[in-house]
Amino acid sequence: MSRTIIEKLWDSHVVYEQAGAPSLIFIDLHLVHEVTSPQAFQGLRDRGLRVRRPDLTFATADHSIPTHDRSLPILDPIARKQLEALEANCREFGVPCEGIHGPRQGIVHVIGPELGLTQPGMTVVCGDSHTATHGAFGALAFGIGTSEVMHVLASQCLLQRKSKTYEVRVDGVLKPGVTAKDIILALISRIGVGGGTGHVFEYRGSAIRALSMEERMTVCNMSIEGGARAGLVAPDDATFQYLAGRPYAPTGAAWDAAVAQWKQLPTDEGAAFDKSIAIDADALEPMITYGTNPGQGVPITQPVPDPSSIGDPMERESVEKALRYMGLEGGKPLLGRPVDVVFIGSCTNSRISDLRAAAAVLKGRKVSPNVRVMVVPGSQAVKRQAYDEGLPEVFRAAGCEWREPGCSMCIAMNGDQLAPGQYGVSTSNRNFEGRQGKGGRTFLASPLTAAATAIAGHVADVRKLQ
Amino acid sequence: MKKFEAFRSRIVPLPINNVDTDQIIPARFLKTTSMEGLADQLFFDWRYQEDGSPKPDFILNQDRVKGASVLLAGDNFGCGSSREHAPWALTQFGFRAVISTSFADIFKQNSLKNALLPVVVTPEVQASLFAAVEADPAAEVAVDLAAQTLALPGGGSVEFRVDPFSRHCLLEGIDELGYILQQEAAIGAYEARRPHSIDTLAQVS
Repeated sequence: MSRTIIEKLWDSHVVYEQAGAPSLIFIDLHLVHEVTSPQAFQGLRDRGLRVRRPDLTFATADHSIPTHDRSLPILDPIARKQLEALEANCREFGVPCEGIHGPRQGIVHVIGPELGLTQPGMTVVCGDSHTATHGAFGALAFGIGTSEVMHVLASQCLLQRKSKTYEVRVDGVLKPGVTAKDIILALISRIGVGGGTGHVFEYRGSAIRALSMEERMTVCNMSIEGGARAGLVAPDDATFQYLAGRPYAPTGAAWDAAVAQWKQLPTDEGAAFDKSIAIDADALEPMITYGTNPGQGVPITQPVPDPSSIGDPMERESVEKALRYMGLEGGKPLLGRPVDVVFIGSCTNSRISDLRAAAAVLKGRKVSPNVRVMVVPGSQAVKRQAYDEGLPEVFRAAGCEWREPGCSMCIAMNGDQLAPGQYGVSTSNRNFEGRQGKGGRTFLASPLTAAATAIAGHVADVRKLQ
Repeated sequence: MKKFEAFRSRIVPLPINNVDTDQIIPARFLKTTSMEGLADQLFFDWRYQEDGSPKPDFILNQDRVKGASVLLAGDNFGCGSSREHAPWALTQFGFRAVISTSFADIFKQNSLKNALLPVVVTPEVQASLFAAVEADPAAEVAVDLAAQTLALPGGGSVEFRVDPFSRHCLLEGIDELGYILQQEAAIGAYEARRPHSIDTLAQVS
């Protein structure tokens, strides 16, 4: 019978099934960070359990880590304690860890792929909802809670119910100035933040095939913002080319065998999906969010919606509430609205290609004196690569801050944040109330839009930049 | 875990769609290494003013909901971040069930592991409950997980569905990890036939 890649991945990981219970599935890679793991390690300790497969587990510090000079002390005592706890827990349980001074430290969803830990055909979990990022490699990758982190540490398995399948077909060619970020923001604006609940997305079509691996990661990363726990792209030559030679990628005969296996993964001809949506890449424009969830987005040239034109009372109330928080008026465009901060970073858009794209816009230009611009590379490796290419000099010459790797202002746990009432254009993934600092107001957009906005000092269309 | 028993409660109405876990507990409170002491941080930014005093118009600050253990929410409750701190904060505050038309997948799984019952009802039932609590703030529902019924304020009841495994674990107070570890033979057999893929402990360049 024809199967989707989602079903192939599921079938090959079922360890045990019993009527009336969810399936027990095996986890090939468990990524760990400081925020959602301490209570799980404590749970193991309380029960006298060990980490079953430290060889399939990898930890790093990203969420609460400061992005200032790492030779300086961590000023926040609670964050410091949490970071120390991660390293102590990993030592105690034998889990490899790239801690605060690790040469391979970085955002967990940036380092997994760049180290070659993430591979096609795998199941990948992490106590973080953006784990779907790893789906870009044709892996079934999803976020879990801390209880489940404990389950995987203890057993390398997870109790799971099979998700439904959701085809997201994007055909056509993206126009200049339109990016992978705009594909995913457009999808979420169409299906809403709950549209993919209970499903796994498979992103398909010519526009997806044409994306680089880093761009595919940007798309998969925000699957959860459309309600889908996981989203993936079937592996192809771009995948294999990206992986070849990475530190943990197989080599020699093992590589050839792996590639032969990976080539069996793509969805069979004629396989059926539970749900389907088609997006025309040619018709996409740069997207920007106006509201307080990632589904509240519009093409940058369009006005924000007018609540009085919304029929459903609860939906109207939601948009009114969002516009109130954002200090915006319905029916007015976002273009031209002054912003205070621009953030280029996060597991969505902090990879070398994102930094190159932003730097290409900023090169030889100055950011507006009214705007603070923070550029935060996704990992130590991205940072090193950026130095090799002279990107920090470009950013600094333009007037941007060039900082150390971490989640930074995406989640605003580490001191990098918006002040109450401030507006920010952010390349991250969430515009929830207070997400980037209490009272802060976030417009989500691509690195190109972020860079153009930094120069203009107000929300700007990169295609119109002089 | 304690056994999940049937109970009656007044209703805390929160008629907002897509309540995300960043609202349920803001990220700055996630620097803790403990799972205790989160009740005060529940809905913090909706609940407190800048000076730390309670916002009188926010529902959790109103006397009429004191002691209530059922939250009645808008659609798609618990979306966003996977933080299990969200159900920890809700249960530590005293909630035992959340009623909505839908729940985000990760939040739902996290809740079931923490004796917080996600009760899925139709939009009509949801609307009737909002109307009932609006008309009478003392309106009560009765939640019976064994029977999978929700008794409504105006009399009558509706059924709700919880997957049989989670229901069993909640009713008996069973920790899911115990069940997983019982499958040791199956896990070992899977590992034995599974192709080697990565070894994070290997020395790599």
